[in-house]
Amino acid sequence: MTAPALPVFRRTPLRRLAGVDRLAVAGAVLLGIVVLAALLAPWIAPYPEDGGSATHPLEALLPPSGAHWFGTDQVGRDVLSRVLFGARTSLLIAVAVLAVSGVAGVILGVVAGYAGGWARDVIMRVTDIFLAFPALLLSLALAVVLQPSVTTVIVAIAVTWWPWYARLTASVASSVATRGFVDSARCLGVPAPLIVLRHVLPNSLTPVLVQLSLDGGGVILTAAALSYLGLGAHEPTSEWGLMVQQGQSLFTTDWWVVTFPGLAILVTAFSFNVLGEGLRARLSR
Amino acid sequence: MTLLAAEGVTLAYGTTAVVHDVSLAVDEGGVGLIGESGSGKTTLARALLGLMRPRSGVVRYGAGDLAGLGRAGRAEFRRAVQPVFQDGSEALDPRMTAGASITEALTTHHRMSRAERRDRVAALLADVGLDPALAARRPHEMSGGQRQRVAIARALAVEPRLLVLDEPTSALDVTVQARILDLLERLAAEHGLGYLLITHNLGVVGRLCRTSSVLFAGRVVESGPTMELLTRPAHPYTRALRDAVPRLGGEPPRAAGRTEAAAAATGCPFRLRCPLAVDRCREETPQAREVEGRKVACHRAEEVLTTLASSAPRDPRDEGETPDAPRQ
Repeated sequence: MTAPALPVFRRTPLRRLAGVDRLAVAGAVLLGIVVLAALLAPWIAPYPEDGGSATHPLEALLPPSGAHWFGTDQVGRDVLSRVLFGARTSLLIAVAVLAVSGVAGVILGVVAGYAGGWARDVIMRVTDIFLAFPALLLSLALAVVLQPSVTTVIVAIAVTWWPWYARLTASVASSVATRGFVDSARCLGVPAPLIVLRHVLPNSLTPVLVQLSLDGGGVILTAAALSYLGLGAHEPTSEWGLMVQQGQSLFTTDWWVVTFPGLAILVTAFSFNVLGEGLRARLSR
Repeated sequence: MTLLAAEGVTLAYGTTAVVHDVSLAVDEGGVGLIGESGSGKTTLARALLGLMRPRSGVVRYGAGDLAGLGRAGRAEFRRAVQPVFQDGSEALDPRMTAGASITEALTTHHRMSRAERRDRVAALLADVGLDPALAARRPHEMSGGQRQRVAIARALAVEPRLLVLDEPTSALDVTVQARILDLLERLAAEHGLGYLLITHNLGVVGRLCRTSSVLFAGRVVESGPTMELLTRPAHPYTRALRDAVPRLGGEPPRAAGRTEAAAAATGCPFRLRCPLAVDRCREETPQAREVEGRKVACHRAEEVLTTLASSAPRDPRDEGETPDAPRQ
């Protein structure tokens, strides 16, 4: 039997896009807007210098108007400009945390999942120890010990975040390791590190990628919480959690100071979640 | 010459032994291993492929113990013995094209130029009856039969001397099964390959294997020339298996044994399903012994042979293309 020379089905970008879930597209578009805002902040912000330490005492606490769409804060800075610059801080934290904890978790998880035996036991017990602490408490403790800064926030969150990826990757990798193509690579005599890199890792990544995108929102919320508690970014950095903290006492009189950064947190966390859910729906089909 | 052999091999997962004291030799011809789901045949295959260490006993490759092979010996073993698993969609990495899967096999032991690799992939695909253009496809873009052919091409890429075929056709349609078996038969003859064919389909071993062993509950209950086993089984289990093969226009098959009762823990493991079981079977575990040209582990083997002689023997060659029983 010779197979007829059928045209090979290729995944063109167009076909791929058409097949992607609407939810994922919505999440990606929303997140894209936030990313663009962050990248273009210095150019699209109406008062770029307000992203930093500029003060305009005479313009303090102006309500939203044509000149200041989101109003101004206690020291007269444009809230819209600070929200735009805040997107940079939040996304930087999210990307850094997800990259650091994702890479660490995936490497440890894939080794634990494929190797099994004592290597798995050691890695998973360490993971369990980290998971035994309430995540926010551990982050808080770390943030208290270290100097408050954006870097501190990244470190404090990444330390509590990686065990989830390690555990998830380990469970996926250990089931991938029992599949026929891993056995057949072993029968070929492919060295174990190559089997992990070539077969186990690529086939274990999908659920981790979904989890990473779902978690983006959680990281931003946690970062905002740390800054809100005064343990993260500090003046004059534009950071949404910090802005909420500074604006909350003014909510009854000058609602705009706290509302707009709060909405920014909401929209960004939401878009990560929608993207993650969309990817999950798409990839689990 | 015996290439690969199990000698008194016991295999266990944790504390549960699934294969007990099995001996089996694979030489340059074809050897069959017959058993139902859960009989331990796949576990035995994993041990023979060096994917699992025996709890006791030895897997012998050539003259040496597989567990004691050094780095070079191990590499040589990997080149010489290749598996073909039940399901090509499992045996091939879903993210790799057929060409990449075969190339991995080619380059694991030898360096090759890009052009050389492409030519070898095309030649191997042609050898298993596939269009070389299929090299660009991923497993989910191929049919079950095509996937199994790619898996066979990948196994052949290292120029092995022996194949371990673990139910190579049971995941396929009946018509495709017959063609894959034809292919394996032809390739084995052309390349001078030995093979161990693991199956629950008696017709398949009747066609492809000179000698066979029947496995029940992790023990070899009967082994000998395949034709003898199929025409004149000496173990009640072999006989039940043979009678369970459905035939077009024949009588409906009798159940293989009375129930799907578990293997007995003491005495003869088959006695709970055996229509001939007597007190002795409960008290004394039958040991393998020579009876009329085969080894059989049954106290009443002679009676099985004589009671059967009165009923007309069936030629198992008729069953060459019998569909496998549905899995599970």
